[in-house]
Parts: sequence; structure tokens; C-alpha cells
Amino acid sequence: MLLHDLRSAWICHRPLWMGFGLTGIWLATTAMHIPDGFLSLVVALIFWMLAILAIGYALSRVRGELKERQVPLMGVLAAVIFAGQMLNFTVAGGTSGHLLGAALATILIGPWPAVLVMTCVVSVQALVFQDGGLLALGANLFNMAVVGVFVAWGVYRLIRKITPDARWSRLLAGFLAAWASIEIASLAAAIQLALSGTSPANVAIPAMAGIHAIIGLGEGLITVGALTFLMAVRPGLLDGQSAPGESRLVWIGGLVAAVLLAVLSPLASAHPDGLEWVAEQTGFLDTAQGPAYEIIPDYVLPGISNAAAATILAGVLGAGIVLTAAWLVSRIRKRSASG
Amino acid sequence: MHAHPFDPYISSASPVHTLDPRIKLGLVLSFLLGVALTPHGAWAALILFFASLASAVVLSGISPLRILRRSLIGLPFALAAFPLIFTTEGAAWFSLQAGSWTITATSEGLLRFLSIAVKSWISVQAALLLSATTPFPDLLLALRAFRIPQLLVSVIGLMWRYLFVLADEAIRLMRARDARSGVLAGRRPGGGVIWRARVAGGMAGSLFIRGFDRADRVYAAMLARGYDGETRALPAPPVAPAQYGILAAGCVWLALLVLAGILIR
Repeated sequence: MLLHDLRSAWICHRPLWMGFGLTGIWLATTAMHIPDGFLSLVVALIFWMLAILAIGYALSRVRGELKERQVPLMGVLAAVIFAGQMLNFTVAGGTSGHLLGAALATILIGPWPAVLVMTCVVSVQALVFQDGGLLALGANLFNMAVVGVFVAWGVYRLIRKITPDARWSRLLAGFLAAWASIEIASLAAAIQLALSGTSPANVAIPAMAGIHAIIGLGEGLITVGALTFLMAVRPGLLDGQSAPGESRLVWIGGLVAAVLLAVLSPLASAHPDGLEWVAEQTGFLDTAQGPAYEIIPDYVLPGISNAAAATILAGVLGAGIVLTAAWLVSRIRKRSASG
Repeated sequence: MHAHPFDPYISSASPVHTLDPRIKLGLVLSFLLGVALTPHGAWAALILFFASLASAVVLSGISPLRILRRSLIGLPFALAAFPLIFTTEGAAWFSLQAGSWTITATSEGLLRFLSIAVKSWISVQAALLLSATTPFPDLLLALRAFRIPQLLVSVIGLMWRYLFVLADEAIRLMRARDARSGVLAGRRPGGGVIWRARVAGGMAGSLFIRGFDRADRVYAAMLARGYDGETRALPAPPVAPAQYGILAAGCVWLALLVLAGILIR
């Protein structure tokens, strides 16, 4: 039954998969900065509000943590990220890979200063270089300065918690954090485009997710290269980031955001019309509050196909397993340390 | 080689250049809002929006070709909306069939795609005009007037100050890499993608370390000159009443255009 659903979905949407290739290539060349005109006003305003809330909170946190050093440190690092985005490496033939820098900044200076640093970079890119629109700036800030930073932080802290304190664990954590930050931020951008009705969800989401999965590899590799260099030249730089006052809430919040977006996307990508998807999403939420459903192949939630339901379940189960494992490992470590 | 070409500001003496930057930012944001509010397919209104912008470009003395050329860079993103032609429901325009595949393009879909592309193109030109006629310190003044927190404005200012210095460092790093990359004629250059990415990563790491060191030196220099953590700025010069009149007239004109867009289709 599941296979039949998947096959029929492929056949119905085959013409749209043709658009995938062309769209994907162009989306990749223009990365994640959404220009003006592509987001509906409602979507743009909602994400402006979310971005302002997050950045406002980051401002108050940074004032308390960094005090006087904040302005010179964040100013120069913002310039570093901006300049670092010029660095490129040849991938194949004429294409080259670039750095976004959110993950590297987060690992080096912590999530809250990284939010402000990325805010400055993305804002100036929009205002002065027209890399991204001005009305769409709120959404771009949300994607790159908020989602990108917190997903990177959540993944980095999670991997560091469940692996021993070694050189390879930092590099693995850095690679996965960089890849996840690019991938999840691109999913957020795709969902914004779908909600605005600019790009049908079943093309935008797979296109963005697929292309940025590959771009994320480049970001991960550059981040690993940078971390290797920094560990060799300035080993102390990477050790000062687990601040004693850092609450569990922050990195778990980042992980929750990642899982939420990763789980919403396959759901959304089953429907071409973004607004229609929102209506069905609300229908799904109402249904989920009713009696629990079983994983029976023939059962179909109203409006949602089996494939999407199975994906969501897998995502939620997977996240639950990983988080439980992380918690268990940290408990075992604590017990063996005190015993 | 220097990174000066990055600065998009083109100096000139024109009415647009002498407009208060706060008024200019307000006008540009109102313009973008007006374009966004115009419904799909309101071509008359969009032409009037473009004409208003074109007259501002002519008034500013900036070469229109320059603006047009810079505006085309963002156009590829329009392809994100390309599938709309085939997914929007409406009167069928043409159909393509290849074996069992059928794609139907609708005229509504084409209308939406073209509207999005044109609106985006007009919006980016308004932003281009703003950055071409406003020097960066004036943009910071405009941001302050729009209630952006002083901390952020200071960080952006410091970032701009050191951006060109660090961009030069990045260019020197890339030149050094090129100087150390020999290629024999007729042979592929050595090292796979992963190795090249790691080298680029090392360059990024090096840039970060230079950034941290420079930040320490800047902080020490600021402390030596009496910095106490409080970023202060001179009081902003008052806006001339006539400029408010220009802003009001601009907003009225834009509102009329939006109305025209809603009524005339």
C-alpha cells in the first residue's frame, strides 16, 4: 500500500520533478537570500516579528555576557564572516563552494553572539549589496541568523555530549553542525516560499533540501578544515564555549527546531499549494488530538497520505531515540564519574 | 588588489543625494511596500511604479544602465517561481505531451510568474538606488532613526570599518593559495575536492584567528582611549520640515498607485 502511494505520487508529480532540476540549479546559485517579491506580506511580517524577538533576546543576553568586549569582538568577527564568504574552493569544473559561516561562528563564540554577528552580516548584505530583499530581510534573518545558528549549536552540543572528548569528536560535531545548519535553514526558506504561494511546496522543498544537502557538505568540509587549523594553532579557542550558566534549554531548543522543520517538510512537500497545506496541517493537528492512531498500512489520515505520516513518525521516533540516548549516556557518565 | 569596488556608493551632487537618508529609507520602504501590495497582473500600476523609480534614477544622475546591470544579478531566483506556470489552476494556455506525461501551462500561472518576477526586479532597483545614493555612515544614521538598537548599529559600523581590511586579507590568502598551486600543462591539478575544501577551511580558520587578534587589539586601543562599554553617538541632526513634505507626498503618490493597481486590472 505504501509503495503504491509513493508510485502514484511520483506519477502525479512527475512533470513537477522536471522543474526540480532547473529550479534546483538556480536556487543553488542564489543560495538562501530570498529577494523582495517572493514572500507574501503576511509571511514576511510574521517572520519579521519572530526575527525581532530572537534578536532582541540575543541583545540582552550578549550585554550581560560579553560586556565591554562585545562591540569590538562582534564587529570584527562580523567582518571576518563577511570576508570569509568570499573564500571559495573549486568543486567541479566551473562551480565553486562557499562558506556561510553560521556554524563556525556559533562553535567559536557561542549561540547568542553568533546570532548578532550573523544579523549584522545578513542585514548589510541586504541593505548595501541587495543580496536578499529588505521586506524579506526578516525571513532571511530568521533562516540564517536564528535557525542556522541554533541548529548548529544544538547539533554541536549533542554530538559533543554523546562522544568522548577527543579530536575526532570535535571535527565530527563541527561537520554535522555545519551540514545541519545549512540544510535546516534551507528547509525554513522553502517553507516560507511555499506558504507565500511563490513556489509549490512539492517542488520547492525537495529542490531546496536536495541542493542544500550537497552545499551543506561543502560547508561541513570547510568547517572541519577551519577547526583542524584552529585546534593546531589555538587549542584554547575551542574549549571555552560551554559556559557554566548555559542552560540545557538552549541546545535542546536548537534540536527541537531542527526536528520540527525536518518533520514538517515531507508533510508540506506532499501538497503543491502552500496555503492548502496550512489548512490541512490544522486539520491534522485537530485529528492528532483525538484518539491515538495505529501504524496500520491501510489507515489514512484525512488529507494526509501514508507516506507523509510514516515519515513524521520516523522523524519523531528518531529524534526521541537520539535524545534518550544522549540523556542516558550523560547519566551513565555522571554515575561512573562519581562512583 | 583592494576591495574598494565593493562599496556601491557613487558620489554625485543631485537632489536624491542631498535628501536626508532617513527620508530616503522611508521612501524606499514605502515603495517596496507599495509594490508588494499591488495585486498580480496589475500591469498599469507596475509600469507607473517603474516609471516613478526611473525618474528618481534620472534625477539622481546615476547611469540607468548601471542600475539595470546590477539588478539582473538577482533575477535567476525568479526561477523558483517558474513551476507556478504549471501548477496554478486556471484556463489552459498550452499543453505539452510526451508519451504518458502531460504538462499544462495556465495563463493564470504565467500571470503570477511574470508578476512575481517583475515586482522583484522593480524592488531590487529601488534598493540599488538607495545604496548608490547614500554613503554608509548616512545609512547607519537612518537605521538609528528607525529605532535599531545602538549596540547593533555600532557593531555594523565597526564591521564596515574592518570589512575592507579583512576582505583584503582574504584576497591575499587566495592569492597565496594560487601562488602555491602549480599545474602541469595537460594534467589535472592534484588533490581531490575534500582536500581543496580542507585547504579553504584552513584559510577560513586563519582569517578567524587574525580576526580574533585584531579584535583584541581594537578593544585594547578603545580602552586606551577611554572606552567604557557604552557606545555613544552624536545627536542626530534634525530633519528639515520640507523633507517631511517630500516623504508625505511620496507616500500619497505610492498609495494612489496601489489603489490604481487594485482598481484597474
